[in-house]
Amino acid sequence: MARWLRRRKKTEAPPVDDGAPKEYVSRSQGEMIWRAFKRHRVGNVGTVIILIFVLLAVFAEFIGPYHYGKQFRKYPYSPPTTVHFRDEDGSLSRPFVYKTERTRDPATYRTTYVEDTSTKYYVRFFARGDTVFHLFGFIPMNVHLFRAVADDGSQAELFLLGTDALGRDLFTRCLIGSWVSLSVGPMVILCVFPIGIVLGGLSGYYGGGVDMFIQRACEVMLAIPALPILMAMGAALRGFGLSAGMVFMGMIIALAITGWGGFARVIRGQVLAIREMDFVTAARAAGAQDLRVVLRHIIPNVTSYLIVNATLTIPGMMLTEATLSFLGLGIQEPMTSWGALLTAATNVGAIELHPWILIPGIFIVISVLAFNFMGDAVRDAVDPYSIV
Amino acid sequence: MLTYMVRRVLYMIPLLLIVSLIAFSLIKLMPGDYLTVARMNPMLTAESLQEQIERFGLDKPFLVQYWYWLKNVVRGDFGTSFGTRMPVFKTLFFGNRLTWTILIAATTLILTWFLAIPIGVYSATHQYKPSDHVVTFFGFLGLSIPNFFFALVILWMLVVIFRVGEYGLGVGGLLDSRFFDQPFSWAKFCNYMWHLWPIWVVIGTAGMASLIRLMRGNLLDTLSLPYVQTARSKGLRESVVIYKHAVRNAINPLVTVFGLQLPGLVGGSIVTAIVLNIPTVGRAYWSALQQQDEPVIMGGLLFFSLFLLIGNVIADFLLAWVDPRIRYD
Repeated sequence: MARWLRRRKKTEAPPVDDGAPKEYVSRSQGEMIWRAFKRHRVGNVGTVIILIFVLLAVFAEFIGPYHYGKQFRKYPYSPPTTVHFRDEDGSLSRPFVYKTERTRDPATYRTTYVEDTSTKYYVRFFARGDTVFHLFGFIPMNVHLFRAVADDGSQAELFLLGTDALGRDLFTRCLIGSWVSLSVGPMVILCVFPIGIVLGGLSGYYGGGVDMFIQRACEVMLAIPALPILMAMGAALRGFGLSAGMVFMGMIIALAITGWGGFARVIRGQVLAIREMDFVTAARAAGAQDLRVVLRHIIPNVTSYLIVNATLTIPGMMLTEATLSFLGLGIQEPMTSWGALLTAATNVGAIELHPWILIPGIFIVISVLAFNFMGDAVRDAVDPYSIV
Repeated sequence: MLTYMVRRVLYMIPLLLIVSLIAFSLIKLMPGDYLTVARMNPMLTAESLQEQIERFGLDKPFLVQYWYWLKNVVRGDFGTSFGTRMPVFKTLFFGNRLTWTILIAATTLILTWFLAIPIGVYSATHQYKPSDHVVTFFGFLGLSIPNFFFALVILWMLVVIFRVGEYGLGVGGLLDSRFFDQPFSWAKFCNYMWHLWPIWVVIGTAGMASLIRLMRGNLLDTLSLPYVQTARSKGLRESVVIYKHAVRNAINPLVTVFGLQLPGLVGGSIVTAIVLNIPTVGRAYWSALQQQDEPVIMGGLLFFSLFLLIGNVIADFLLAWVDPRIRYD
């Protein structure tokens, strides 16, 4: 499908046969896959975006100016802080912000934030924060990528994306939320793959009663409506009073339980087809044991399918996680995810007054889009011998 | 063929039984059960509580409870909701919810097919052109937006950007309050339409995106087949080649998608209906989950499962019907 995305080949003049010895290039399969992948421009863009998101997630505590749980009691639902680039006289300046003060509009009685223009707080990079956090969980530091600091060293609040009802910085929370949102897909796949490969492999390789039994089990799994059952599982998990981390694990297991059926079926089909190939017969004739045939001859031939399946499953899992968390049936406080952050936006009134609480949704759309593009490129690349 | 169809339909029964057992165990796993909720209800007397315990065997082991539940189901009794004190399916379908659910799913299905097929054909016949790129990009975008977020964005645009409130139009729900007691009229119909289009757009885009991609891919494959070349070399007009020769064959594999989309639409509409406040079965299921209304959760899971199975059966039948090469038994 993504052939349209590939750079159109330039029409080259046919090589002139000048009698010189021709040069032939031999390429390994890995090399060919890499070349095919590089040709898929939008897929490359998607990959770069994902890498950026991963970097943001890894350094989230450093990039986010505050601790994600810190509540600025004076700033509930503060809109994104305006970063000024021009002085009062209009000349270009280092970026700076003003402190804001919450007031009520006397006419509409709405809360508004008014800038106090007496002191300028410049955006300073690598500024010290007030609390120590542990980068990667073990490097203690208190330096943040940026903060707003005045010349006398006092600091102003800088909320790039505004705050939520409790006055927590939405930008920091989006970065922290990416931990869950980005990891949920790969982690579900790590659970689904072993189950699917073992059951699908057994089913396809041995056939007979084993096949019969596993296929019936798959059919049952496929007869369970995924989203409703996941919602019920989420409600059950929520009721147990588990820690946030356990709820996250439970959610991954729930996603894996509902997801393995279809996957095992496809693996079975692939194994069935490969089992009949000559090289498998040859391996058997050479006296290879079943386990060896499966591990050395059949599994390597389904890897390309596995990789493609993985990259194309991740976006779906991300969307499901976001939906469940949005409904309050997924990630629980104090952990958060992009979907969970959107829970604040459930009613029209809240969106109308504080539209910035919709921003986490943009993170979801961009990352899922990027994964879809990357998956598309991977699908085209793993079959590098097809000529476009 | 007929035996195949009968067998296929009968096979749904054991599947539904196992699904119900799984759903039942899941609900029993939930902390707090029927009795803890019922005991807190001052409306229930000790006798009626005792009667409930006996009817559902709530003091018995798990499998016995399931057996009691099954016996009641066979008699057509799915239990009574804790919240509404009405039978389960009356609660789930309360206020025409079933009608709305099916109506929304069916209309979305029709709309997506009528739009997606021509767009897919256009996209395939204009391969690599800028318009094809635009279609593909929006297809990907439609696949990547979570339904609930799309619904929220539409609400935000209607309220904040277009300020529809100033024109006397509400957002969310099925109808503006001033139409509640009115007899059916053209204005009321239009108001229904006004409240329904966001859900059509939201759950339609996701389905449409995949359908367009499928149609485009299938048609591109078909167009490269020798018989299309033959048709062209006979000197037929390009439109005849495409619509009479290629499209007819390219559409065949899509009919399976038709059956599979139906349950997807019912499931996918749950969260959208919650955001847009539209009374569907999914919404009733959601509030049952909030209240831990066990019998209704159970009924809801069975309902969605039945929908899924019916969709699968339709898909199989359609495929067998359009493709005479497929032979069973």
